[in-house]
This record gives sequence, structure tokens and C-alpha cells, in this order.
Amino acid sequence: MATLELERLVKRYGTVEVIHGVDLAVPSGAFCVFVGPSGCGKSTLLRMIAGLETVSAGEIRIAGRRVNELPAARRGLAMVFQSYALYPHMTVRQNLAFGLENLGTPRAEIARRVAEAARMLRIEELLDRRPKALSGGQRQRVAIGRAVVREPAIFLFDEPLSNLDAELRVQMRIELKALHERLGNTMIYVTHDQVEAMTMADLIVVLSKGRIEQAGPPLELYHRPANLFVAGFLGSPKMNFLPVRPAEGGVRLASGDRLAMPEPALGTEAELTLGVRPEHLALAPAEAGAGLAGRVRLVEHLGAEVHLHVETGAGTLTLRTPGEWAAAAGDRVRVVIPPEACHLFGPDGRVVRSACRGPQRG
Amino acid sequence: MRLAAPLHRLLELVDRPMAALQRRIGPQRFAWIFLLPNLVIFAVFTYLPIVLNFVYATTGGLAVLPSERPFVGLENFASLLDCRDYLDPSSCSKDLFWRSLFNTGRFVVLQVGFMILFSLITALVLNREIRGRGFFRGVFFYPVLLSPVVVALIWKWILQREGVLNAWLVAFGGEPVQWLLDAGWSFFWVVFVSIWAHMGFYMLILLAGLQAIPKDVYEAAEMDAASPWRMLTRITLPLLMPTMLVVVVLALIKGVQTFDEIYVLTGGGPGSATMLVVQYIYETGFAAQPRLYGLAAAASLLLAALLMILTLLQLRANRKSYRG
Amino acid sequence: MASLATSGVLDLVTRTRGKGRLHWTDWLAYGYLLLGLFLMFGPVVWVVLSSFKSEAQLLEFPPTALPYGQVSVAVPGYPEPLPLFRVRMPDGSLREVAQIRRIGIQAQMVDPAAPETILRVDIAGREPVRALSLATENYTALFERFDFLRYLWNSVFITVTATLIMLLVNSMAAFALAKYDFRGRDLVFVLTIATLLIPPTVVLVPVFLVVAKLGLLDTPWGVIWPGAATPTGVFLLRQYMLTIPDELIDAARMDNASEWKIYWRIVLPLAAPALAVLAIFAVMWRWNDFLLPLIVLSRSEQFTLQLALNSFKGEMHTQWGNLLAMTVLTLLPITLVFGFLQRYITTGIATTGIK
Ligand SMILES: Nc1ncnc2c1ncn2[C@@H]1O[C@H](COP(=O)(O)OP(=O)(O)OP(=O)(O)O)[C@@H](O)[C@H]1O
Ligand SMILES: [Mg+2]
Repeated sequence: MATLELERLVKRYGTVEVIHGVDLAVPSGAFCVFVGPSGCGKSTLLRMIAGLETVSAGEIRIAGRRVNELPAARRGLAMVFQSYALYPHMTVRQNLAFGLENLGTPRAEIARRVAEAARMLRIEELLDRRPKALSGGQRQRVAIGRAVVREPAIFLFDEPLSNLDAELRVQMRIELKALHERLGNTMIYVTHDQVEAMTMADLIVVLSKGRIEQAGPPLELYHRPANLFVAGFLGSPKMNFLPVRPAEGGVRLASGDRLAMPEPALGTEAELTLGVRPEHLALAPAEAGAGLAGRVRLVEHLGAEVHLHVETGAGTLTLRTPGEWAAAAGDRVRVVIPPEACHLFGPDGRVVRSACRGPQRG
Repeated sequence: MRLAAPLHRLLELVDRPMAALQRRIGPQRFAWIFLLPNLVIFAVFTYLPIVLNFVYATTGGLAVLPSERPFVGLENFASLLDCRDYLDPSSCSKDLFWRSLFNTGRFVVLQVGFMILFSLITALVLNREIRGRGFFRGVFFYPVLLSPVVVALIWKWILQREGVLNAWLVAFGGEPVQWLLDAGWSFFWVVFVSIWAHMGFYMLILLAGLQAIPKDVYEAAEMDAASPWRMLTRITLPLLMPTMLVVVVLALIKGVQTFDEIYVLTGGGPGSATMLVVQYIYETGFAAQPRLYGLAAAASLLLAALLMILTLLQLRANRKSYRG
Repeated sequence: MASLATSGVLDLVTRTRGKGRLHWTDWLAYGYLLLGLFLMFGPVVWVVLSSFKSEAQLLEFPPTALPYGQVSVAVPGYPEPLPLFRVRMPDGSLREVAQIRRIGIQAQMVDPAAPETILRVDIAGREPVRALSLATENYTALFERFDFLRYLWNSVFITVTATLIMLLVNSMAAFALAKYDFRGRDLVFVLTIATLLIPPTVVLVPVFLVVAKLGLLDTPWGVIWPGAATPTGVFLLRQYMLTIPDELIDAARMDNASEWKIYWRIVLPLAAPALAVLAIFAVMWRWNDFLLPLIVLSRSEQFTLQLALNSFKGEMHTQWGNLLAMTVLTLLPITLVFGFLQRYITTGIATTGIK
């Protein structure tokens, strides 16, 4: 168990800078998820922490100690790789034991730890098989087991579930979370799947183009995104974005409708973006006086909920309502935008007004 | 496959000092430790000799040590190239060099031409669905594995005066022939034996090329009612062309360097009828007294220039084949 | 007729699938292959058969296909077995009698059935009785009179040592070139591959000097070291090691393995298929090597089998028996290796294009 701190961490490949000064503090025992689109530098960051990539500038501290110069093996970490990276020519048992042997651990101790990890991960019957003779999920468990036997201060995971099918992924997600609860170690977990991030993390770090966009607890990020990128990245279906301009006592939509906002002083001529989550929008009958007039373009039935795509004068809006909906494409409706659920983002993408809905700050 | 146990233990033993070394120089620089033995061997036995070759070629005298050899400039090259008529070896001051060069040219054209022809036919036959294909492939390939000395001795035994070939000739009413003592015949046999010894290799590569042609192309052609003749000329051969180019150039490069089997079979004789250029280098530098290292080195540089041209051809052929 | 024949030949080389029963072109194909079998294997078989012939039989012209030896019989009253002859008797009958001794053009013979009477026969009228027999004296003489075992040992030592060194040295370099990212890597790789373009024959003279200066002339090491690192080996192994996932090596690093340990516990075992192919090639190259040993080794006790064969060819111009036996023993190991690994070798060559 250990804290992890990154300070102005930079990674350059030749002249190309791919990580631009990352600052982060992960408390001891936290489950921290790095999430972001492909190519944003998640793996690079993780590999720098692991010691598999050199640090171009900045500092990495584990348990308060600078580890920049320490080789991978001596940072007290263990890593689970996306492709599992099991040694194909060794049995499962040898795979688990290899790292401990290299550390000069006594035989009896190795046997004990391997047996314990195998029991914990339910891979006891597989110990004498080669990786080739295992299913994807079993390989995954062995890869985790290889990290577990090392009893590391920090676990590192690089998209460990991305090679599994959807059902198995859900199951492994739960198991991993349970493992974290049982061991209580600090874990750093890389994924580009926001569902994994939301469900597993104590601390989500959203990365984009080699920078941290926002870091915090999942619901904090969901309800109070610091910028357009985070707002759009988390949540499915995506948050609705509409271009707006400040107006007397609120904002004016592209359709000309005015939306009253309690907080004044938004400047005058700035181009703003209004963001509102699909589940916060409400439908009203076409005859109702309130709301934005629109026409339903597409209805997606998911069973437990319905996604509606409505074309309005202000732009296309996605709505998410529970249950079933009798409407069909072409129906005329009105969309009610609750002002207290709206986020406003400035021209630079930063939030200028957060929604009042959701859990209160603090 | 497990490493042999003693080797295993040896490598384990080396681990400790290696790990200590790694702590001192860091893991990334350790790559140079892995490269070192290979680079040292290359440096000593390849790069240095390449440089030395130029030193030898531009110095004269009989000394082995380059420092004791007087610089003569391009004299060695001049004497090799000193000819009144380049088409007539006997007008050259180093007539043996020119004879060996002419022989090499003649040898390479005949050997490569017929060898590729027969390898192609064999590959085409073996590409059919035939019983025992693996066996026959092995049969044609087997001589490739034999050492040049063994190859030469096998044929020497067959071609000798009281050999089995003459026995057949006599049985069919002919006169025995001294195959290797007649200039024309011995050249024929030198070409024949070297085709015999190397054909399997080229056959194998052509066969791989043939098998890389997708089956559906043939099926499409069959649907188009193409005749066998058209299938061969319009589909198989064009699609095999890239492989063919590579094979021809490879055979040319190897052919120019032929030495061992001919040296053992005929010793270059009778006279100099079957002496090729590598044998000339060997004889000049090592067998003849005095040993003329400078001349041998100059001749080998001329050979290298020739090979360089052929290699460039190969690179072009390769590039074509990747594009095709 | 001619057009029929050409279309037949074409059919022979164009058809890729036999359909149902054998077409006559299939017969032609098998004919071609059988001719090939005869041409490719025949000479080797002939040498093997010949190597079992006695010195006297080797001089016979025309030669017999199979090795024969004269039959001897034990005759009561004579300590040694006597050679058996078929003799036409004055009465015109044929009898098989044993020869006691030869005096001029007369031979003293004895009928094994009636050993008391001695017959005198004109040597022109007798013919040896022969039966199939393998004369092994060609082989035994190699061990008794010639230093065959020494040459064999020299060859085996050079082949095994050079192959092991080469596998080690080349795989280390290949690992560095495949799995490390360091400044100058591409240059090293290009320099390595460039040596492929320098045929060994071209640098013969300076290699001789280097070997001489290192004091390796007339030692097996003078043959081993110049060939201990091959560009082909580096290239082949590197290409193979590129297919080993980087993550595996990272995983080993996280597992506290030193770089050296990663090399021999992870990379070497995983590169085993490529190493095996290369090992077969290396054995073949070394065992058959001729030009380099020829210039490096001049004392006959250092000769490899190939050199010994070459020198015997000159020295023992009449002793074909020993020479043939030695040829057979030299081609035997390669033949055995090929017999067991035929598929492996042929596919190895077809996919890598090296020899
Ligand atoms: N060795 C390298 N040399 C140069 N650029 C590199 C190197 N490795 C990674 N990059 C670049 O660094 C950036 C970040 O790569 P990284 O692998 O960290 O992305 P990622 O967030 O893990 O993406 P993914 O979700 O697809 O795995 C990418 O733009 C990539 O092109
Ligand atoms: Mg990644």
C-alpha cells in the first residue's frame, strides 16, 4: 500500500512530446482509473510509473520516495498487461513463480504465495497447464495472479479487460473490484471504457492529448465536468451540447428561445455552449406552451429505457426516458430543458456555470 | 524445446555478473553488451578484411604483412587489365585471369540457364497433386546438402575411365571417353555436376512461389474455360515472375562464386579449360609459388565489383517482387 | 503427332489437380520424377555400392552393379579356406573346385568333396565362383591405416563448436536489434546486413592474414571464429524475435528479471523454432565448408573430413576403395539429418530463402 505522486511529468519520444507535464496525487489504497480516448497517453503514463519508459522530465514518487532512476523491478509494483503477456513456454505455476524466483524468495514462501493466489483467483486446477491451454478469462486470472503473488505496493493494469467478451468483462470487473476491496492496495487502472471507469474507480483521471483534463471521484466528474471534453467523454448517451449566447437573465438558444438562468453576469457577446444530460430533459405534448418545439427523428428502444432523438430549432437533442414510449418518428413534441440541470461552457471549453442538480459540492 | 542442461547451467552462472554489469550501465545500454561479441567478430573477420583487401590490392611484393608491402598504386589492376585485345585472353599479360573470367561467364550463362529451366519444370511437376510429393521434393533437394567435395568425388568416380558411364557406353557399342581429360566434355560435366548439386535449392524456392499463387485464380480461369497452355502462360508464369527474377539473380551471384566442386572435380583442367575466377584467386594467392597476395586481392575486388552489380540487380528484382 | 506431344508436355506442367483416375500426363509426370530419382539418388547409391567392393573388383571393367566376393571353402587337410573356382574339365563337364596354389599358367586344384586327389588345371580354363559379399576392408582400413577418426573428430569439433558459438552470438545480437531501442541501432543493423553482400571468397586474402596474425593458422579456431557470426543468422533470428510481443519482455522486467535473464529464460526458449532452423543450416555450412579450411589448415593432422577427402584424392590415386568409403562416411551424417528433418529443412529453406 502506497501513495503515488506525479509531478510535472513529461515524456518525449525524440522531439515529439506525448505527455505534457502531468500532476497527480493518488492516495494510498485508492482505485485510480486513467481514462481517455485512444492515443491520449494512458499507456505511456502507466509505463512511466512502472519504470518501463524513461522519464523525460518531472518526478514520480511512490510512498513519498523518488523512483525516477529505479528500474522497473525495484519499484515494488506489479503490472497486468492488455495481452496478459503470460510466458508461453512456462506452466501457470512457473508463470506465477518466475518473478518471486528472480527476487530470491525462498521456495516454501513461493509455494505458499502461489497456492494462496491460485485459491483466491480460482485457478488451482490450472496450475500445471500452459497458457495456450487456457481460455481468455482464465488467462486473465493468471495474469492477475502473477501480479498478486508479488504482493506489490501498487498494482498497474493496462486495459486488462479489453480482450474479453462483454459478459466476461462485466464479471471480471466485479471480481477486480472485490479483489481491490480484499487486498486494499493502491491500484492504477487504464481503460478507454468509461463504464469501467465509472463503476470501478475511487478516482478517475480523464486524459486527453497527454494532459489531465480533470481528476476526481466518478460522480463529481459526471455531475460537475470541468470542461467540454470531460462533459462529453463521460456519460452515454453523450451530453447534449447547444450553442447559446448570453441574454437578459439567462441565455438565448439558436432557435431564439430564451432560457432563464438564475446566475447573472455571463458577459455579453461570448459564444457559449450549453450542456445538458439526456436524462435531465423532459418531453411535453406538442400543445403545451412550454419547451422547445421539435420533431422526433428516431426512437431507440432499449427495453428498460428509450432514447429519443429530437430535432429542434436549437439543434438536435437526445433524450433518455425510462420505460417505453409510444411515440414514433415524425411526431411533434416539445422538449423541456430544466435550467438547473444545465452546464455552461465558455469559448475556451471551460465550465462557467455548473448544474445545480446532482450531489452537492463539498 | 528445452535448452541442453549444461548450457542451461552455464547461462544461469553468467547471470550474476551480468546482472551486476546491468546495474552499473543500465538496462538500455545493455543492448550493446548483447551486440558486442557479434560486432567484434564482424569487425575482425569482415570489416577489417574488407579494408585490408584494398591495402593488398594497391601494394606489391611478396610479404604478408601490409606494413612490409610497398605501395604500387593501381599496378595490380593495370596488370590484370593489360590486354591488347579484350576478346582474346592469350593477348593479355595475365592470360589465366582472362581465361578464368571467360570460363566463368560461359559457365554462369549455361549453368544458370539450364538450372533454372530444370528447376522450373521440376517445380511445376511437383506442384501437381502427386503421390509422394514430399518424397520427390526431398529427392531433388538431397544433393544440395552434400558437400562440394563429396559431390565432386561421386561424379569423379562415375566419370573415370573405367567408370560406370563408360561401361554403359561400351555396352551400347561405343568407345570409352576420357570425360575429364577432354576440354569440351570436362566443361560440360562441370556445368552438369553443378546443376545437379544446386538445382534442388532453386526448385524449392520456385515451388514455394508456385504454391503461393492463390488457388482461386486457377478456379476462376477454369470457369473462364482457359486451356492448360493459357493457364501456364497467362497465369502461372506471370504470377511466378517475381520469384523467378529473384531466383535468377541469386543463382547468378552464387554461380559467379563457384569454386569447390570444380576444384575437386577437375582442378580447373584440363589445362585451364574449367578454371573459374575464384580458383584463379585461390591459386594466385595461396597455391602458386610465389604467393601473389596483391594480385589475388585486386582480382577479388574486380569480382566484388561484378557481384555488386548483380546484387543491385537482385535488390531491384526484390523490390519488384514485393510490389508485384 | 508433334502437337499432341507438346500439348501433352504442357498438360504435364500446367495441371495442378489430378481428377479421378490417372491421366496419361500423370504417368508422364511420374516418369519424369522416376528419372529424377535415378539421376539424383543413383550416383550416391552407386558410390555406396562401390565402397563395399574389394580393391580388385573396383578395377574391373565393366563393373558389376553389386559388390561380389570370391567364395572360399574349407577343405579338410588344408589350414586356410581355399578360393572356389568353376572349371571346365577335359571331359567337357563343369566342376567347382578349390585352388590350392598357382604355378605359372597351371593351377593345383582340389575337389572339396574328394580332397585326396589333386587336379592340375590350365588357369585360362577356370573362373572364380562369386557371391554377393560386402567388402568392409575399405572401411576398416580407414580406421586402421588412415587417421579417419582424427579427421572425423576435427570435423565434429569444428561443426559443433562453431554452431553453438554462432547460435549464441547471433541470437544475442538479434535480441538487441529486435527488442531494444537505442541510438545507432539501425546503423548496426544495416552494417550487419551489408556483410551479406560480401561473399567470403572476396575477402579470402585478408582473412588469411588476420587468422595468421591471431596465431590461429592450423588450429580449428582459425576455421571457427571467422564464421562464428553470420549476417544470415542475425537477420533470421531478428525477424523471428520481432514476433515475440514486447509486453512479454516488459512483464519479465516487472518480474525482476535482469536483461540477461530475459534473454535466456524468455527470448531464447521462445525463439527455439528459428534457432533450430539456423542450427541445421549452421551444421550444414560447417560440415561442408571447404575453402576456408583449405587456406587455414595446412597440416594434415588438423584436416577436416572435407580436406582429407580432397587430399586423398591426390595421394591415393589408385586407392578408390578407401576414398569411396570415406566419401560415404562423410555424406552419412548429413543424409541422416536430412532423413529425419526433411520436411523441416525444406520448409525452412522455402520460407527463408537461405542456403
Ligand atoms: N515509441 C514511441 N515513439 C513515438 N511515439 C510513441 C511511442 N509510443 C507511443 N507513442 C505515441 O504516444 C502517444 C500515446 O500513446 P499511448 O500508447 O500511451 O496511448 P494510449 O492512450 O494507451 O492509447 P490506446 O488506448 O490506444 O492504448 C500516441 O500518440 C503514440 O503515437
Ligand atoms: Mg494503451
